[in-house]
Amino acid sequence: MVAIPAQPATPPALASARRLFVRRAAWRWEEIAFWVLAAASYFLFSDHLVLITQAMITGLFVVSLDLMFGYAGIPSFGHAAFFGIGAYTAGILARDGWGDPLTGLVAAALIAGVAGAICSQLVARLHGIAVLMVTLGIGLICYEIANKWNSLTGGDDGLQGMQVQPVLGIFAFDIDGKVGFIYSFIVIFLLYLLARRLVNSPFGLALEGIRENIRRVPAIGIGVRVQLAMAFTISAAMAGVAGALLAETTQFIALEVLGFDRSISVQIALVLGGIGSLIGGMIGAIVYTVARDQLSLINPAYWDFWVGLILCIIVMSGTGGVVGILRRSVGWVVTRVRR
Amino acid sequence: MADFVNILGAGIAYGVLLFLMAGGLSVTMGLMGFANLAHGSLSMLGGYIVVMLMNWYGWPFFAALAMAALGAAVAGLIVERTVFRRLYWGNELDQVLLTIGVVTMTVAAATFIWGAVPPAVHVPAFLEGRVHLGFFDIGSYRLFLIVFGGLLTLGLVLGIDKTSFGAKIRAAVDNRRMTVSCGINIDRLFMLAFAIGSALAGLGGGLAIYLVGLDPSFPVKYLVYLLVVVVVGGLGSIRGTLAASLALGICDVLGKYYIPYLGAFIIYGVTVAILMVRPNGLFGRGR
Repeated sequence: MVAIPAQPATPPALASARRLFVRRAAWRWEEIAFWVLAAASYFLFSDHLVLITQAMITGLFVVSLDLMFGYAGIPSFGHAAFFGIGAYTAGILARDGWGDPLTGLVAAALIAGVAGAICSQLVARLHGIAVLMVTLGIGLICYEIANKWNSLTGGDDGLQGMQVQPVLGIFAFDIDGKVGFIYSFIVIFLLYLLARRLVNSPFGLALEGIRENIRRVPAIGIGVRVQLAMAFTISAAMAGVAGALLAETTQFIALEVLGFDRSISVQIALVLGGIGSLIGGMIGAIVYTVARDQLSLINPAYWDFWVGLILCIIVMSGTGGVVGILRRSVGWVVTRVRR
Repeated sequence: MADFVNILGAGIAYGVLLFLMAGGLSVTMGLMGFANLAHGSLSMLGGYIVVMLMNWYGWPFFAALAMAALGAAVAGLIVERTVFRRLYWGNELDQVLLTIGVVTMTVAAATFIWGAVPPAVHVPAFLEGRVHLGFFDIGSYRLFLIVFGGLLTLGLVLGIDKTSFGAKIRAAVDNRRMTVSCGINIDRLFMLAFAIGSALAGLGGGLAIYLVGLDPSFPVKYLVYLLVVVVVGGLGSIRGTLAASLALGICDVLGKYYIPYLGAFIIYGVTVAILMVRPNGLFGRGR
């Protein structure tokens, strides 16, 4: 994982490298604000815990894509494959008698991670549109497998009959979604910390290097393929956990978890929140899920139009999504106040 | 045997449709390096123009088709001049995201304007029914598609191979910088190529709806197939796109008929496998 060159760095360089990592790893105000608000939403919006839980799970999924897309620069049209693999892993285990949620998550992470490792080898030699096409193909193949393998997945009808046991054998999932919320919140927060740790490590720096200039990175002694394979695997495992969380908290899996629409909407949510900032993924997912939930009550078609327009505007203007706008406006206010 | 020939005919007709819709996309992606996922939206526009003109205003089929090509070309030009042009040679991911946004918007707009219910699609009486050709018969419309599409393809291939416009396009696909240094106005070249590609897309859409139906999710439904065709064929290669379209069309129809439970796997599996071996597509050149 550590990609720092083996030869000893000179002390001033080492010191400045340390400063760089400390600065990178510092908590930003929008991260703190988000997590405080997310925790507080348990009390503030106690009637909507199920929706908020789903939004946060989507957030984890978006963050997993951010690792791959925002940091390593690998786009994907099939990320839902790993989300779905995780969901079905946990779901099938719970249906067939292994209902413990935590080990279910671990199993989902493992299987999705293995799938990710295999896929990373498939896309390793490719770049640009070909990557998009191969990930798209992988996603569609997974969807078709789940669709046709009725006996295992329930096919089109979705997976039913999950028996999820209480978390740690104590906290049973309730109809209001309180346990589901707390359980998901803790898991997602821990994985967010892990993702943060990763992107602020030399590994994260190496990924950004690959994204910025894939030809120069080998020149400083970083093996591109190994780093990308690791990023892909970790990202897939995280997406798998997100899928498993969704399966466990809703106790049902629709075939749609593997759908092309989900692969696209996760991309949209990431851009909406802000690429390459991790917290942007969480914020984008919340904005996207809640807004879609509210607006589609009026008419789904309108929602699609506005989200498309917003996507275009964000891409064209390069504002960096919600996080970018927030940072800039706060920066503007701060400079005004200081004057 | 006659069954098989029948299905083959249907597959070829489907392949021709895919080619018409994807041909322009291939040129855009190969020539301008622009990943236009919204290409299918132009086909949808063509389809709705045909339906609207025929059902509401009683236009004849072929006049409506011509308008579909024209309308799509105009719409394509407007979007190209105002939005897409800014992202040429930019980040591929930005292009993908932007055009996904455009797809989403057009789907919603089509739902708003024309409703989610698929409209009735008519063709002239002489294109309905079937014709006998020796030992097998084929749907007249399919035969018409194969002939019409074949002529159009021939025209396109000749146009790319023999005209100076085609030579410029080939030059730009091969080496854009060198083409610019030869004093070719590449901006205008792109504009024209984009307009022609859009017109083809609109025409393809107008022709497709009788066979495959039309509803606002059309651009999303065919997005995957169009991309498969273009990428497998090789960006910027008209012949590659044609070969891939026919292969995909035939495989799809044959697969649905003989092995319905495996059809989709084969297409996606073969696509992935081809790209693994030849990342630039079957007829594409290394960059």
